[in-house]
Parts: sequence; structure tokens; C-alpha cells
Amino acid sequence: MASKGICDRVAIVGMGCTKFGEHWNRSASDLLVDAVQEAYGSAGIEPDNVDAYWLGTTGSGISGLTLSEPLKIQYKPVTRLENMCATGSEAIRNAAYAVASGAYDLVMAVGVEKLKDSGFSGLTGSAPPGDGTESGMTAPANFSLLAPAYAEKYGVDLETMRDVLTKIAYKNHYNGARNEKAQFQREVPVEKINSSPKIAGMLGIMDCSGVSDGSAAAVICRAEDAHKYNDNPIFIKALSFVAGPSEGAKRQDYDFTTFPEVVESARDAYVQAGIEDPREQISMAEVHDCFTPTELVLMEDLGFSPRGQAWKDTMDGRFDLDGDQPVNPDGGLKSFGHPIGASGLRMMYEMWLQLRGEAGERQIAEPKLGLTHNLGGAPGRCVSFVSVVGL
Amino acid sequence: MSGIVRYGSYVPFNRIQRSAIGGGRGERAAASYDEDSASMAVEASREALRELPEGAEVDTVAFVSTSAPYTEKLNAATLQAATNLPKSVTALDLGGSTRSGLSALLAGIDMASAGRTVLVAASDVVVGAPSGPRESGGGDAAAAFVLGGNGTEPIARLIGRASCTEEVLDVWQSPGMPFAKQWEERFGASIFTPLLVDTFGRALADGGVAASDLAKVVLDGTNARVFRGFMRPSGLDPAQLADGMAGSVGRAGAAHAGLTLASALDGASAGDRIAVACVADGVDVAVFEVTDAIADGRPKHSVASWIGSKRDDLAYTTYLKWRDVLPFEPPRRPDPDRPAAPPMQRAERWKFGFVGSRCNRCGNTNLPPQRVCVVCQASDDSTAEPYADSECRISTYTLDRLAYSLQPPVIGAVVDFDKGGRMLCQLTDVDPDKVAIGDELEMTFRRLYTAGGVHNYFWKARPRR
Repeated sequence: MASKGICDRVAIVGMGCTKFGEHWNRSASDLLVDAVQEAYGSAGIEPDNVDAYWLGTTGSGISGLTLSEPLKIQYKPVTRLENMCATGSEAIRNAAYAVASGAYDLVMAVGVEKLKDSGFSGLTGSAPPGDGTESGMTAPANFSLLAPAYAEKYGVDLETMRDVLTKIAYKNHYNGARNEKAQFQREVPVEKINSSPKIAGMLGIMDCSGVSDGSAAAVICRAEDAHKYNDNPIFIKALSFVAGPSEGAKRQDYDFTTFPEVVESARDAYVQAGIEDPREQISMAEVHDCFTPTELVLMEDLGFSPRGQAWKDTMDGRFDLDGDQPVNPDGGLKSFGHPIGASGLRMMYEMWLQLRGEAGERQIAEPKLGLTHNLGGAPGRCVSFVSVVGL
Repeated sequence: MSGIVRYGSYVPFNRIQRSAIGGGRGERAAASYDEDSASMAVEASREALRELPEGAEVDTVAFVSTSAPYTEKLNAATLQAATNLPKSVTALDLGGSTRSGLSALLAGIDMASAGRTVLVAASDVVVGAPSGPRESGGGDAAAAFVLGGNGTEPIARLIGRASCTEEVLDVWQSPGMPFAKQWEERFGASIFTPLLVDTFGRALADGGVAASDLAKVVLDGTNARVFRGFMRPSGLDPAQLADGMAGSVGRAGAAHAGLTLASALDGASAGDRIAVACVADGVDVAVFEVTDAIADGRPKHSVASWIGSKRDDLAYTTYLKWRDVLPFEPPRRPDPDRPAAPPMQRAERWKFGFVGSRCNRCGNTNLPPQRVCVVCQASDDSTAEPYADSECRISTYTLDRLAYSLQPPVIGAVVDFDKGGRMLCQLTDVDPDKVAIGDELEMTFRRLYTAGGVHNYFWKARPRR
């Protein structure tokens, strides 16, 4: 892979994020107005200052009008994009590259999703007209394949595996309980997680991320301009994105204990950022914990744990808020909620707070480098995004 | 002389106890929620077509049913596509009476005498009004026959036949009626018994066969009372009667005469003479003589093996839900999308025939067929690779309790084929609690769901039966 990266050439100078949750009284347009105006304020700018927008949403609107109409954006470029559950991160990546190119000076990346208007459980999406031969399996079912495969490969008995998954859910709810913008702001007892109604395979409802509504936005400029807008900007060290060839769904040698797409996007990001030892160098991470076993596998794919060791690191508290390498300090998809198009930006929002020392009760001591990881699709067939940001 | 070249049968996996319906002895076969008469006809036809003798190339396909999935749209086309028969076949749908299964068999043999090679697949999902005799006494099954003439050695030659047609109100169902109705059986018997005695006698005479020469007699009809006064006048002994499978399958509509004949052929020896009579809206009688070719001409599954492979505790409410008789609370998920005509057309070989591709460059197999090989990325350089009869096993699986299904949980499995290739597909005909990694599977043609009046057919995997 030959991405050269834009390490330290682009900065984030303002962010906004709505509370995530069941916003029965707010439309996608309302959520966009809330997040974007908060971001304007955060960067101390007027709408006129922004040269272009990237809007990520998987299904809450089509075209740039989804953003320009509610905000009354005055005849400027607004790109609407979609990359499954990594949509929000794609908005950041494309916006960052636009300012790095010099085409624009100040841009915004915005994400939104309004999931709770459908009346259905879980995620829904409209596929293009098809031949009717798809498996019809849901997201939790696809990701549930990870847990028994991991347990078998590394000799973890299923009871211990259950404890590991529960620990991940417990940790993320513990963190979310300390976050006023999270969907679920309560700690959840271990027994409740263990006994939650089964959704797919080993996974109960408490192994699944929250289905929610929300929006988040970032103001982005070149590094040399950053201090014009904000005294405490954060800087992009790496942005990597990979779409896999969907081998795992078709080749018998794929064993459902890894995401090759994540491994590759992490490798690429670490080269861009000059990171040699992510376990030691990454202070904290927001990762795509759509389901509890996803987070477990990601710890190894991102290089935070050696192969076969993430379950031990998890149980040892390495990824706890007060551990050596906190993961999902804001509560993650699990507790903060997962309005798809907004989630990548929400992850960045936590980096923004933590690096600037604004995370309150969740504040991690002197973080240097933060990582966000965003995934879309299913094991064997996915897209993966990794960013590294710092001061 | 023309006759049956190959045959096959199919009895679905599920049984419902008559005691669970409200009385009666034994059990009846019940098509699963993902089966219909067309998908069952495909399963029986695959049995009949698996090892055709040299020179037998099917050029005519007839689908026979009183419960055809489409009233307009050729169900025989689904059968042709799913069995990978050539598009040059003559294809027709038949039905209208449960006698049409045997009538079509006779017509097929006539076509064989004219030089054709004919697949006749009779299949029915018999739904009766709740608590009525048709619900209890009916069954779901399919039977298929390949009929040939000169140049192919039949396993059973047709040596005698006779027919009779009677305009009489016995069983009827007109559009809009949810269930068929039947006139008082005593009346039917008074009409049909003499007709059967006469027609049966003419068929034996046509074949130059005495009643006592028959190794087996298959009696099938809408009304069992018809047969009471038939045996003695016809010179038959009860020991000659083939088991009608009333206690294990139930009467499977248009498929039943064929299914019972298939069962008789399963146990027949060369030289045996078998008479088959079906009484509905008249009478058809066929007399066959089994040949030496029977030894190599039997299908992989006997009727008895299908009957023995079962789950027999289907709940009555579940059965009614499957048959769309009982309304129920749908899952809180979007309805499945209606499959679209152009994508189905483009994917026909995959969707219906279950044909993948094999890369000419590296030999890897791709399911579904890919233009660019997933292993070596060679482009547009592959050969069609059939998969319907390929054995496979579970690499890993999950129970999906959220996905839309008439029978949750959906069992999603990563299925690896012994000859290479992997796909994610649904399992069927299996107890979710008994699925295990490594389980051996085989593929089966199913109706995944119906949306917008379009039946979405595709393949699932099931434990080997």
C-alpha cells in the first residue's frame, strides 16, 4: 500500500456532537443543525467561513441537500457520502484531504443518522434490487461468528469467552455512565449482561451496540492555519481506509478470528504516523465495538494485544478507563450508541475532548496519541478505517 | 416399449401428529415453511435425474400439482431451471384434479412412444380446512418419473392401461375458496366403485394380465370408501395392496399415486407386475412390468428412507402459520424485498441451478460465480461448476434470532464444499440445538420467502438425509 499520508498537515479546530439516543422529538435535520452549529461555535467561525462540506449518512437522506437545506448553506459544495458503518470517518478523511490539497482552506465533516423512526429492531437498510440470493442474516448474526471461532482457535472455553464479552460490555457501559452525551448513561451489572435475551449465537442484546439517533461535526483546516481558529487544535497523524475484496465469505482459509481489512488499514495508518509499537505508543482508542466480540478481535488486529492475548488483556483491565491503554473511554458504540453516519465523527469527538483535557470524569492522564477505528460490513466482507490523532 | 426409465420421490422432513390436530392415528408429512409444490418437485426430480442411462436426454418437462405456487407463470420453468435441464425442453404445467399425476404419467409414456424423453414431476402441498378430514388425512410429498421409449431401457414397462372420465361433483375448489370441499363420501363411492371395477378390468385385459398376476396394486383416490367394494369383484387379495402410507405421509394429492408407485418400485423385483389406480373425477389405471434394469435404476433415496428421516413433533399452530392459515405477529423487522426480475434473470444459473464458477487459471472455485477470481484475480477466465449435488460441511454457524423468518431462529452457516468453495447460507430441516461445526450437509432447493406475490427460490443446506 502506498498511501503517503498527511501527517501533521491538517488540524481539527472545532467539533460538535449531539447527545446520542432516541430523539423522538428531533428529525435528522434538527440533529444536523444542533451538531453543525455547535461545531461552528467550537471553532469560533461563521457559516460563511466554511468553504465546503462532507456529509456522511447511510440512509437518513440523499445528496448534499440533506445538509444544505436545514442549515441554509449558501451555495457551497456539499458532498454526501456513504461507506457503511465507517461513513462518518470517511467524511473526515475526504474533508481532510480536500484542505490538504489546497483546494479549500476551511471545511466541515458532518455525520448524521436517524435510526429510530423506522419502528424496527436493529439496523435496516434498503439494498438495490437484487436476485434474492443473499443470506438474509443480520449484523449481530454475522459478527456473532467471531466469538466461537476465537474461542476455539485460542483454547478459550465458552464460559470464559462469555466473561470476556461481558467484561467488554461492562467496561463500555461503565465509561458511558460517565458521559452526558451517551445513549446509555448507567452502569450495567455483570449478571444483567450475562442473562440478556439472546439475539444471535452467543450474543445477547447487551452484546450489541445501541440503535440511536445522533449527529456530530468537525471543522478542519490546514495545520498552519489551526491557531487562527483555536488555541488547542488537534492534529491528524494518519488516515487510512481499506475496502476488502470480500475473501472471507468465499475462501475456506478464512477463520473468523480477524479482519484482514483492519490489519491492513492499521498497518497503513501506523506507517503514516510513524508508529512502530501501537501497544505502547497509542495512549487511547475509540474502536468499532458494534458487538462485543468485534472489540476483542480488534485489539489484536490493531496491534494492541498479541494474537490470542486480547482476551487476557481485556480481563486484566488493560483497556479499562484507568488501564494502560483505555479503549472506548466515551462508552463506545455499545453505550454511546451507533447512529451509523455519525459514529466515526463521535469517535473523533472523544479524541478532541481527551487530547484537550476536556473529558471531565473520563479524562485520561496526558494522552499523546489517540486512535479511532471504524468498520463497516461483516467479518470476511468489510471496510475499515483507522485514524491517528494527537497534539 | 415405453415406460419408466428412472424415478424419484421426496417426502419433507416435518411430520405433524394427528393427535396434535385433534384426533386420528399416525402422522402426516408437512412441507416446511420454506417449501412448496415446486420446490418439492425439484427435490424429487433431482432424485430421478441423478443418474440417467445413456441416451436418455430429457426434452419434455411436466409439473403436475393442484397447489401450484403460481396460477400464472410457468412452474415447470422453475423445475427446468433448478434441475439444469436444457432450455429447449417442452414444458407444461398440469393439474386440476389429484388424478392428474397418474394421467400425466400415462401421457408422458405416450409422448415417450412418440420419441420424447419426459420428466413428469407431481407434487402437492395439501391444505385442508382446520379440523377437517383433508387437513388430517392429507400429506405433502412429490414424485418424479423420467419416461422414455426406444433407445432407453426402462426399469418398468407400461403393459396395460385404461381410463374413464366422469363429470361428477366430488372434490372441488374454485378461485377464492380457501379450502377444497368434498361431497358426501357415500355418494362418491356409489359412483366411483363400479367405474373403478370396470376400468381396472379393462386395464388388465389390455395388458393380458390376470388380477392374481399382480405383485402389487396401488389404490389411490379422493375417497377411501370407493375401494371397499372393489377388491373382491376384481379378484384381488388384500395382500397384494401396496401400503398407501396413510399413517406416515397422508394422501399427497396429485403426487400420491406416483409416490405409492415409487414405494412399490423401491421393493420390486424384475418381472413384478404392478397396477396403479387413481380415482378422482374418473379413473386411470396403469399396469407396469418391472424389468431387469430396476437393479441399477433406483434413486439414492427410497420412499421409506425419506419417511424415516424426520422431525415428528411439529406444533399445530406452527403448521397453521406455515400454511398461512393462522395470522401471527410478524417479527419487528422490515418485510423482505421482492426479488427483481432482471437480477434474477442474470443470475439464473446460480439462483436456480446452483452453478458456480471454477477459475481456469488457478482452479479455485467461486460461489457465486465471479468474473474476477477471488484467489488469483484472473478476469473472465472461468468455467461453470455445478454445485447442487456437492457435499459440504459446516465451517461455523450462528443462530440469528433477529432475522426475518417464518421459523426463527434463522440458522446461518458458513458452508465449505468438499470440492472447494465457500458460501454463507441458511440451514433448514434441522433442530437448532443439534447443529455442530463439522456437520455434513447437502444442498436443497427452497422457497426462501414470498414478497409481492413473487416466490423467492434459492438453495439452502440441510443435514444429509
